[in-house]
Amino acid sequence: MSRFELVSKLLSFLPPEAVLYEMEDLKPYECDGLSAYRQAPMIVVLPQAEEEVIKILQICHATKTPVVARGAGTGLSGGALPHTEGILLSLAKLKHILEIDPITRTARVQPGVRNLAISEAAAPYGLYYAPDPSSQIACTIGGNVAENSGGVHCLKYGLTVHNILKLRVLTIDGQVYEIGSNALDSPGYDLLALMTGSEGMLGIVTEVTVKLIPKPEKAQLVMAAFDDIQKAADAVASIISSGIIPAGMEMMDKITIHAVEDFLHAGYDLDAAAILLCEADGMGEEVTGEIQKISAVMQDNGAVKISISRDEAERLRFWAGRKAAFPAAGRVSPDYYCMDGTIPRKHLAQVLHGIEILSAEYGLRCMNVFHAGDRNLHPLILYDANQPGELEKTEIFGAKILKMCIEAGGTITGEHGVGIEKLDQMCLQFTPTERNLFHAIKAAFDPDELLNPGKAIPALHRCAELGGMHVRHGEDRFPTIPRF
Amino acid sequence: MPDSIEHFVHAIGTAVKNKRPLSIRGSGSKHFYGNQATKHTYDTLDVTTHSGIVNYEPSELVVTARAGTRLADLEAILLEHHQMLAFEPPHFGKNATLGGCIATGLSGPRRPYAGAARDFVLGARILDGRGDDLHFGGQVMKNVAGYDVSRLMAGAMGTLGVLLEVSLKVLPIPPMEITLGMSMKEAEAIDKMHQWASKPLPISATCFYDGNLFVRVSGAESAVQATRTRLGGEEINQGKLFWQSIREHTHTFFSSGTRLWRLSIKSSTLPLLLPGQQLIEWGGALRWLAADKDLNEKIIRLQAEAAGGHATLFYGEKSSLQAFHPLSPHMMTLHQRLKQKFDPAKIFNPGRMYPEY
Repeated sequence: MSRFELVSKLLSFLPPEAVLYEMEDLKPYECDGLSAYRQAPMIVVLPQAEEEVIKILQICHATKTPVVARGAGTGLSGGALPHTEGILLSLAKLKHILEIDPITRTARVQPGVRNLAISEAAAPYGLYYAPDPSSQIACTIGGNVAENSGGVHCLKYGLTVHNILKLRVLTIDGQVYEIGSNALDSPGYDLLALMTGSEGMLGIVTEVTVKLIPKPEKAQLVMAAFDDIQKAADAVASIISSGIIPAGMEMMDKITIHAVEDFLHAGYDLDAAAILLCEADGMGEEVTGEIQKISAVMQDNGAVKISISRDEAERLRFWAGRKAAFPAAGRVSPDYYCMDGTIPRKHLAQVLHGIEILSAEYGLRCMNVFHAGDRNLHPLILYDANQPGELEKTEIFGAKILKMCIEAGGTITGEHGVGIEKLDQMCLQFTPTERNLFHAIKAAFDPDELLNPGKAIPALHRCAELGGMHVRHGEDRFPTIPRF
Repeated sequence: MPDSIEHFVHAIGTAVKNKRPLSIRGSGSKHFYGNQATKHTYDTLDVTTHSGIVNYEPSELVVTARAGTRLADLEAILLEHHQMLAFEPPHFGKNATLGGCIATGLSGPRRPYAGAARDFVLGARILDGRGDDLHFGGQVMKNVAGYDVSRLMAGAMGTLGVLLEVSLKVLPIPPMEITLGMSMKEAEAIDKMHQWASKPLPISATCFYDGNLFVRVSGAESAVQATRTRLGGEEINQGKLFWQSIREHTHTFFSSGTRLWRLSIKSSTLPLLLPGQQLIEWGGALRWLAADKDLNEKIIRLQAEAAGGHATLFYGEKSSLQAFHPLSPHMMTLHQRLKQKFDPAKIFNPGRMYPEY
């Protein structure tokens, strides 16, 4: 159907400001947080109510028009990259917190509500929403559900999938489904798990009921510097083995330490090969005990310097450096490319060594920040898009890092999603039969493949053309690394 | 162990060819749960031969084991490293397997405070209805590559595939655990459980029965002692045995009616007015009802729905009743479509979940 016909259908029930189709109006929507990929949609719609979303989907269904859902557009894998012949469905105007129930500790919110806004609204009750992706000030809960977002506290408090109870979901034909419930489980299949992290491929979320948890009485942070990255990795293992589940555990390598210290003066040790931040939270008595134990373990693992936050201001200052890692990368380099692999911790030092070799080979610097508690590695490859060929080189470098992650028994994406970015790596991580089943699951929800087509799961021919061999995951095949 | 997988693949192929469904079976400890297979002509696929730990890294908090592994053996190995399955799965039999634990998706007393079986599933290896050997998820906490098929297996009652291996997140066993008891009325107990849950207290289980509220506190000694002071009540001897009897349904309550109903509802629901005895768990979110078989099923299901949840006929005389709460027509269609994608020939556990598939 032509743009004109679609626009007139949409304008029959949407106000003019909710239907954008002029090139200059479409421009802001042509990419998400992965700005290397851009293309304008045919139309952008900005509904304000579920009934409008239903009608939009019914039109798309009837006219076989692709639909790409978008929250705040902070995603890092191009999951909200528009379809040139489709509608970009912005859910940003469905932004009401519908209900906060302090008794059952739940909040019912629309998908366009910002992650942090939920915690702010729950704060008067001493409650908060635990998953805290670094973009939490801007990202929406709808996007969090689509990506199964985590954050620095997810080892202890879980990912989005662990912190939601119920979704209202529309399928492409406009049918409403209530998935999950106000109880702790539901009859039938666990569709809540299937929907979470499905990258807008199965349905459109119009309402989310999240769990809220009580704010800990106290949080305290240990910052430890190590002269060797292996020692820092060993300290992570020792802390877990000692029976502590830290609220957060983050590692930074030398190049990151320097980049953030130059930028922020957080008090990081510039001689360190790695810095480990480890936070304990809970009841006052509990935190004091855990902090002592954590410090002792750091010491035993050869930490050269240990600092314990003395007050809230110092705790936040120690964190500030880690949280500024991405902006710091943007400061030391014109462009950076953020990877999102996950690896078993025991292979961390080897993977980092592999990255170092690749870094030299491609002549590109790479900063490494690591959610050490849940083994999610974010290498930031520093490059300059204005240098011919440098982006291409960066992408090859990045692809090789992800391949190492699969070979180490990890995965190509811990929390950023596949989107448009990691389709090729999906060919490596999954066999053709596994990918076929993914396509079949999509077909069960969306037989015409209208929801976010071309994302998350690569078409079979794409993998065939790529010719890459599938790398069997998870089975301790690490000895093959490094293999360059 | 590839011999057993080859055998399973062969059995699946034969089942498809002969249109003779398979009843997937571990030790049979949870055979009572759900509906019985609808077709009379089926073969049993015994998966207990496929057992053993594949990988266990205590410092990674991850264990991968074959589905036929005895749950008791798995927990014993975790115990050696002071770790546990934090969802406290009920065994309901000494040879209960990991496969049955995940397929039924049942969780024990710690569930509202630590998470359910599905929350701890990180990865699964399955055989689908074509006999294809498929891996989903992995051995890491965070993984968003592809749809979350491994979690979908939890509670699917074996209707989507044969579980071969499961990777689970494990947690450290708390250094100290005490149980406090206090007597009060039901409504007061429901209120109390909510008051506690709104504070950052290391509570790991709650149960109300026969005028007594029991609460388990788990954590570092300092935290447990401080919580004991705040909660009040009397410390119960044999707390461990008490929670074991709730988890395994060996407590006398569970055999006090002819039918045991499980009502999973919004936790703050006021006391349910239903004839029969009740036992409350999960901070109010789980109400067990030991009822007479004369009590009308519809009354129970309607009450559960009104309370934002659902009711399961857990055990007892089933007659013609369905075990699980009915799905809405469009939800049923979606379930059937999903089932068709995993198991097009409908050979896995037909009718075990719903008569429609």
